[in-house]
Amino acid sequence: MKKRLVLFIPLVLFLVMGVFLYKGLFLNPQNLDSALEGKPIPAFQLERLEDRGDVITNESLKGKVSLLNVWATWCPSCKYEHPYLMRLARQNILPIYGINYRDERAMAIRELNRQGDPYTVNIFDHDGRLGLDLGVYGAPESYLVDHNGIIRYRYAGPIDQRIWNETLLPMVEELQAAAKLDGAS
Amino acid sequence: MIPELGHLSLIIGLAFAFLLASVPLIGVARKDQYLVRYAWPLSYGMFFFIFLSVVVLGYSFAIDDFSVAYVAHHSNSQLPIFFKIAAVWGGHEGSLLFWVFALSCWAAAVAFFSKGLEEVFTARVLAVLAMITIGFTLFMILTSSPFERLFPVPMEGRDLNPMLQDVGLIFHPPMLYLGYVGFAVSFAFAIAALMGGSLDSAWARWSRPWTLAAWIFLTGGISLGSWWAYYELGWGGWWFWDPVENASFMPWLIGTALLHSVIVTEKRAAFRNWTVLLSIFAFSLSLLGTFIVRSGVLTSVHSFAADPSRGMFILLLLGLAVGGSLTLFAFRASEMKSPARFELKSKETMLLVCNILLTVACGTVLLGTLYPLLIDALNMGKISVGPPYFNAVFVPIVLVLFVFMGIGPNIRWKKTKPGELKAKLLVPAIIATVVGAAAPFLADGQFNIWVMLGVGTATWVTASTFRAALDITKDKDGSFSLARMGRSQLGMIIAHLGIAVSVVGGTMVSNYSIEKSVRMGPGISQELAGYTFNYIETKNVVGPNYTAQQGQVEVTKDGEFVTLLRPDRRQYNVRTMDMTEAGIDWGLFRDLYITMGDPLSRTQFAVRLNYKPFVRWLWFGSIFMMVGGVFAASDKRYRTKKVTEASKADAKKAKLATA
Repeated sequence: MKKRLVLFIPLVLFLVMGVFLYKGLFLNPQNLDSALEGKPIPAFQLERLEDRGDVITNESLKGKVSLLNVWATWCPSCKYEHPYLMRLARQNILPIYGINYRDERAMAIRELNRQGDPYTVNIFDHDGRLGLDLGVYGAPESYLVDHNGIIRYRYAGPIDQRIWNETLLPMVEELQAAAKLDGAS
Repeated sequence: MIPELGHLSLIIGLAFAFLLASVPLIGVARKDQYLVRYAWPLSYGMFFFIFLSVVVLGYSFAIDDFSVAYVAHHSNSQLPIFFKIAAVWGGHEGSLLFWVFALSCWAAAVAFFSKGLEEVFTARVLAVLAMITIGFTLFMILTSSPFERLFPVPMEGRDLNPMLQDVGLIFHPPMLYLGYVGFAVSFAFAIAALMGGSLDSAWARWSRPWTLAAWIFLTGGISLGSWWAYYELGWGGWWFWDPVENASFMPWLIGTALLHSVIVTEKRAAFRNWTVLLSIFAFSLSLLGTFIVRSGVLTSVHSFAADPSRGMFILLLLGLAVGGSLTLFAFRASEMKSPARFELKSKETMLLVCNILLTVACGTVLLGTLYPLLIDALNMGKISVGPPYFNAVFVPIVLVLFVFMGIGPNIRWKKTKPGELKAKLLVPAIIATVVGAAAPFLADGQFNIWVMLGVGTATWVTASTFRAALDITKDKDGSFSLARMGRSQLGMIIAHLGIAVSVVGGTMVSNYSIEKSVRMGPGISQELAGYTFNYIETKNVVGPNYTAQQGQVEVTKDGEFVTLLRPDRRQYNVRTMDMTEAGIDWGLFRDLYITMGDPLSRTQFAVRLNYKPFVRWLWFGSIFMMVGGVFAASDKRYRTKKVTEASKADAKKAKLATA
């Protein structure tokens, strides 16, 4: 009888694994928790994409609720996301800061000249150091940053109408309201 | 009209599968031979109609029927014809169809080649294969039919993903699927044996050539995949421990263990539960692989579709197949202790140790693959497990495995005389130690423990395999004769040497590759590993469905011309996707590998130069393994014994008829 029970071990192991696989189906791999949520933007000092002389630091991004968008010319999903960012930029809801991630300066500038530039400022992160500090999984990736320069939310993948309306916009409005309150006091 | 015929034909195939899964089993239960024999025509029918629907899908691709959604998404009128055909298995729906087709091929093959086996047993095997076919065909028809139509009909197709437009794609998935699905046959044999309650050595002997065949295809599929990743993805790597790669590697590890366990069961009637369990595991891991790839639970460069409803269906199939078979195993597995006795120093022990090591190695890969999911499901955050984990855990286990792998072929069944092993293996051990210790110093003069261990164990496996070959071919009077060696022994020797060759390749390329990212343009030259690379010019090349900028790089060594490399940067017209096509000069001891990156100025490009020593050995090794497998599978024993089995079975039948 004891021997018989041993023969059930594989079945039990499999059932346990099945439970995890089942749970795994309902997890969204794009929904990555950032270790940085609730923490300030990592300190950096990088050149502006369009201008070698102009240095941008993490301090430059404070003051307003903003969207930090990691992009590159080598990334096909960024091209897909681009028209929607252009629309957002025209609506003028919040500044969009671009992080040009592991890219070539000339290529990036040419791309923006051709397709339009939705970014208030573009940070040139050539060797991906800032991306590494942010824990970027892959482009495109976006971060909602509040007026104190604290990262509030990260979204991996291209932003579209649905994501913006359902997830990002409500948070932006909440953060902007908080910023106003802060400014008043 | 034509695509609907394909759909209809698939449904008819499903109907055949339903009949095949029930009629022969009813026949077995009612002891009605007439019903049992229906298994054969039903298998051929199932195969024929599924084959027909594959042909129809291929035809829709060939005539550019973009009203079929799957064709519109994966083809384009400008796509060369052989890629159109290969696009049949280039996406989710089509690769499922191909999966089912491969399964029906195996079923038909089992029906065809099993004339000599016990009729009831084969009927059970075919019924089990039909059950699996039902599951996947239903999945395809209900959630992802490749024959769905589009309206309005698009003028042009979206084109096949450029990454997949390559000879690698034409052969890699079919091989891999035939391998994956091939383990369904050993699974079906194991289940049929459990159903019949006769776990004897006859079952193991029948199952062995099928297991070998599946293993050969899987070996081929994996190494083609690795080769494809090497030259097509342009990363210059050959193995990434990506979830999808792991998904094909795990069944291979277990399949390898199964191959060896089956030998023991056949020859010594031992390890019967092991063999059954490994058969179940090998196929379960194939299913798990399908689940991982098709459900998108793990993100990977390979994932085609991420759709929870599809994932749910596959999980259900996985649960039914694996849960059902493990339950059957728990109730029916033999409780009896094996009658075969063996001592610690015996071939049985060696094979058992190797099997355990292979299973543990597979377990570590499984753990690493599913760990991110596990942590996530327990709400402990998101992590990813990368190559450092796999290298740190997998490599040491495999190194230990190689030590036993050298002993196995040199040791006797049951027990070995004391001192015999030492006498045989002392020379190989000395050779391995010397070669291993010298290897890193010969390569670059620096101490490197991994190179020592890698080259050392590979030499050990080679030397001890040759020692075993020597013993097999040597007559008692001291003369040598190759005729003394059976085909399965020859196969073992070739395959084991293949492992050694691959290990040398893997070790060298992992430790001595040199890579350099540089800016290059006309007139610029660079040095790497003693070679001089002169960038001559950039040419514009027009392909059938792309345009490319092609660098012309002349390679010289010590002033002498070596080769002209032509790396491409391709722009595919339809998907507006850029692809790099590496320029490779291959050699037995080194590859020179150049990829063109982004343009840095009007004439200059970012170029990556690679020097990859011994990288070809990886794939030469797997060719050895496959050839070894073919020899082992074609061993005379399977044929002659089958005939005698058949005549015995006939005699039995005749007896029954007269009784």
